[in-house]
Amino acid sequence: MIISILVLEGPYNHEASDSAYNFIQAALAKGHTIRGIFFYDDGVYNATKLMDPPQDDRHISKRWSELGATGIDMVVCIAAAKRRGITNEVLAPNIRISGLGQLASMIHESDRIVTFGD
Amino acid sequence: MAEKGKKVMVTVRKPPHGSIYVQESIEVMFIFATYEMDLSVVFLDDGVLALHAGQDTKGLGIKGFMASLGALVDWEVTNVYVDRQSLKDRGIAEDAIIAIGKDDDSGAPIRPKVLDTAQIAAMMTGQHSIVSF
Repeated sequence: MIISILVLEGPYNHEASDSAYNFIQAALAKGHTIRGIFFYDDGVYNATKLMDPPQDDRHISKRWSELGATGIDMVVCIAAAKRRGITNEVLAPNIRISGLGQLASMIHESDRIVTFGD
Repeated sequence: MAEKGKKVMVTVRKPPHGSIYVQESIEVMFIFATYEMDLSVVFLDDGVLALHAGQDTKGLGIKGFMASLGALVDWEVTNVYVDRQSLKDRGIAEDAIIAIGKDDDSGAPIRPKVLDTAQIAAMMTGQHSIVSF
């Protein structure tokens, strides 16, 4: 099955981002395809490379970046990003900024969209 | 690869103003309406509070989105529904919800269509995708 993911909450404060990541790992392990991951609302904070958590904790943006390196399309909503100061300068590698149209495309090209938010 | 024109539903379940969920869901509606998809929008649970008439966010110092909701029809977001039970649970009369546009000919206000939960559930089962806010 082809699946896309919508992430609506930021890292660490809410579990949504971790749940999305764990869901994706489980889906990939089952042989599903992840068409793309779209970060919206506070979800755009997942994409900043400036985060620097304690070493014994997970590094959320690095984790997303590594997923992007496998070829999964990682997209941050430009309007939501502009509101929150997420620019190309602070973007983690393998993640790109684009518009909500990309979410529409992901929906068109997927069998399922799974939302992770509050 | 899936075909175009598939059925996509946006659900609004969060109360307005306390978070940005409702506001950014409206932006999704506006963008999706410009794509080839069979778009529907459903307000349910606390999301129905967004349709309560007479809201003014000036005192909160935030822009608010009531004008955007009032222009949904202008943006070709026309299949808009609200859950009857959610309205009832929150003491909102069905005829007290805001208009989302005006009829071109008569000028009569167009309001979200009130549906029973079972009707909404049936609509949900027919969707290709549901994007939940």
